[in-house]
Amino acid sequence: MGTLLGERIKRKEDPRLIQGRGHYVDDVKLDGMLHMAFARSVHAHARLKSVNVSAARAHPGVVAAYTGADLKGKVGLVPCAAGMEGLKVPDHPCLAVDKVCYVGEPMAAVVARDRYVARDAADLIEIDYEPLPAVVDPEKALAAGSPLIHEKLGDNVAFVAKLEGGDWKSVEADKSLKVIKQRMINQRLAPVSMETRGVIASYSPGEDTLTVWSSTQIPHILKTQLSLMSGVDEARCRVIAPEVGGGFGSKLNVYGEEGVACFASKSLGKPVKWIEGRGENLVATIHGRDQINTVEIYAAPDGKVVGLKCWIIADLGAYHQLLTPAIPTLTALMIVGCYNTPNVFVETKGVFTNKMATDAYRGAGRPEATYIIERAMDLVAHELNLDPVDVREKNFPSSKEFPLSLVTGVTYDTANYQKTLKKVLRLAGYPSLRKEQERLRKKGRYLGIGLSTYVEICAMGPSSRMPAGGWEFGSVRVDPTGKVTVLSGTSPHGQGEETSFAQIVADGLGIPYDDVTVYHGDTFQVPIGIGTFGSRTTAVGGTAIYRAVEQLKKKMARIAAHKLGVKPGELEFKDGKVETADGQKSMTFVEVAGEAIFAKQLPPGIEPGLAEQCVFEPANYTFPFGAHVAVTEIDGETGEVRLRNYFAVDDCGRILNPMLVDGQIHGGLAQGIGQALWEEHVYDENGQLVTGTLMDYAVPKAFHFPWFETENTQTRTPVNPLGVKGVGEAGTIGSTPAVVNSVIDALSPFGVRHVDMPLKPEKIWKILKQHPGN
Amino acid sequence: MKTRVHLNGAWREDDVEPRLLLVHYLREVAGLTGTHIGCETSICGACTVLLNGEAVKSCTLFAVQADGAEITTIEGLATDGKLHPLQQGFWEEHGLQCGFCTPGMILASYQLLRRNPHPTQDEIRKGLEGNLCRCTGYQHIVKAVEWAAQKIGDPS
Repeated sequence: MGTLLGERIKRKEDPRLIQGRGHYVDDVKLDGMLHMAFARSVHAHARLKSVNVSAARAHPGVVAAYTGADLKGKVGLVPCAAGMEGLKVPDHPCLAVDKVCYVGEPMAAVVARDRYVARDAADLIEIDYEPLPAVVDPEKALAAGSPLIHEKLGDNVAFVAKLEGGDWKSVEADKSLKVIKQRMINQRLAPVSMETRGVIASYSPGEDTLTVWSSTQIPHILKTQLSLMSGVDEARCRVIAPEVGGGFGSKLNVYGEEGVACFASKSLGKPVKWIEGRGENLVATIHGRDQINTVEIYAAPDGKVVGLKCWIIADLGAYHQLLTPAIPTLTALMIVGCYNTPNVFVETKGVFTNKMATDAYRGAGRPEATYIIERAMDLVAHELNLDPVDVREKNFPSSKEFPLSLVTGVTYDTANYQKTLKKVLRLAGYPSLRKEQERLRKKGRYLGIGLSTYVEICAMGPSSRMPAGGWEFGSVRVDPTGKVTVLSGTSPHGQGEETSFAQIVADGLGIPYDDVTVYHGDTFQVPIGIGTFGSRTTAVGGTAIYRAVEQLKKKMARIAAHKLGVKPGELEFKDGKVETADGQKSMTFVEVAGEAIFAKQLPPGIEPGLAEQCVFEPANYTFPFGAHVAVTEIDGETGEVRLRNYFAVDDCGRILNPMLVDGQIHGGLAQGIGQALWEEHVYDENGQLVTGTLMDYAVPKAFHFPWFETENTQTRTPVNPLGVKGVGEAGTIGSTPAVVNSVIDALSPFGVRHVDMPLKPEKIWKILKQHPGN
Repeated sequence: MKTRVHLNGAWREDDVEPRLLLVHYLREVAGLTGTHIGCETSICGACTVLLNGEAVKSCTLFAVQADGAEITTIEGLATDGKLHPLQQGFWEEHGLQCGFCTPGMILASYQLLRRNPHPTQDEIRKGLEGNLCRCTGYQHIVKAVEWAAQKIGDPS
């Protein structure tokens, strides 16, 4: 390969974005476009006695108003793609019919000439509710006699899944083992992409075509689902993901509002736009996390962990969104973390409550797993009076043991956990931090040092394990001028793959980076695709492109060899030329393109044109890993936690562009640290969302963070020829337990062994107050 | 109501509804969609523009309140096709990912550097407290502002 891979190269995406010239969905305007607004439930649980839209319909400027009854039988249900054995799937209409099950559930829609009028009219919709008792606490939802959210389903349990392996009889019989139990809560979070959701549906009655612009991470999957929901033949449906202002999993979904927009456009024969408000985004875009975990860990006196049990109660909310029930199963899958624990038992209960659905939020099930195991490792250290570093080292498999098949049913590709841990300890100056901690404690100051060594599951994934295919499409085309067009079935929305994909292509073809243009996110342009989520875009989508480049080179080499009178294998691609190693026989890249496309003297058996494509099916997931150290200090007066230092060493396999990797890590850290210290999406006991604006939901700001000290190791994966693993979620997954472990470490002189997140000042202050010695 | 503004270097006059927010005026009436809407509560700063040289959140003002004012949006920041040092800095230092907060972040940084041409990293972080970014973790934004501060101080 050439020299472009591994370089810090500025992004192709940026010139348009820094000048305000990109086009997000709300920036798209179409002739005759109408605007839609929703009336949403103010009750968490209620029967709908009537939904009266007549005043709204009569409002000047209103074109149409729809209730759930109007849509019944005409628009498909909101889909759930998770196919699990025994899963209960309640009907999930785009607009509620008869009953509402969470605050913010859409019940009626108004279409009007502008968004102000649509909003005015939506407020004129009269709803007659009969409130029902709300089920907010998932543990109470499990209790006998709990009100039922979906009466037809018989109880509030969506599924129970068990993952079990090993020899528990002998573990339980071994009385030398220390059994450490802890209940911990992984609180509900809001993804809060800075751009909310938005959709424009444009149905053309003459052509019977449906074009949808959606702020989505999965245009192709959305196209299939909207075709099914709207009844427009899929071959005549097109989904365009324009510029997308962040997703973090919340746009890896198909939402009812999208179905309603398609229905409205189809009914009215005009484009219909809906742009979500922030209040709607917080109440009615999927939430993340929300698990109650009880972990029981069996450890030998030397710190060796021999068994792990965990009971997971996953609060799914009222309905399934696209992947709702699948997310907590990822927690079970990754629960052993970096430690090859031979005996595992996990029971996961998915529970319905009167809240918005949970689904994929950055990390999606793996942050919960990492939190459980990394908190548990610290508890083992605490109980056995060992250093958390030693406990981890004691339990790491050696790098020679990979690929490593675990009792959880996954095979870790490759890793060197010792190396990242050593590196981060050196970066942090661990021994001197411990000394400083001791010194400060004597002065009544509480410094905490927290560690997290994580592994995650990425590059999703083998199709056999994915609900809707896990392959990815890539193509590379050369035009007569020698410019190269790349298409990807992924749908990046900030990660920067227009840049890294162009690096792969320019590097492979030996042409200038500026000659490569990458397109994605339009199902008419890119024939097939899966999308961007699960840290898969470069590892799976990039590999498809890499393979297409290899195919293209083979063809170009044959054409050039024919012309030059050499063997294809003698030719190299570099500096815009296809030439022999000695440079004696040479054609420019553009000349070869011309030969291929104008097709005057092609060698026998070679088709004209230069357009190659590949669908890459990964044989396994990849398993990035890393080690983080968080240093916190507690303010003894206020209980406030100050994150003083943060050190991260991450291994995402081979790095194609270190600048992009740093950016992904930083953003991930901010979200993971946000969960540990500040973020919490709160419902009260009536199911009202308390944190329904950005004044209440604590999205971290710039001054909340210290300078992140980040480094990498690069352990290439054998799963794809690029050797890349994925980095989109690592920072989030690794950082939450590091921060919590750090705060618990700071509080350990008070005998504190666990505090639930977020570690807000009032919680810490109360703990300090209980200890008059402070 | 008739509203006249000097927008990115040119006067324009429009008849607008009194309740029309400035951000909607810029986006829907003037067609400048680089100014984004990220919340409804003046928290996120995605809608930040310069009004008579001061950074304001355009979701918090009515268009009619801007009558007679000079407004600069992100589209008006580059001059003669040359990027402003802040735009360049955000590009050089990877100060953006999805780009949605970026116009507001750049214009808030513009005011920050005018008030304090050589800010420390802490001052940059405090100075941008009115602007949220969910992608970058802010570190590269801090570097972008530092890059621009240096460039403005030493244009060579």
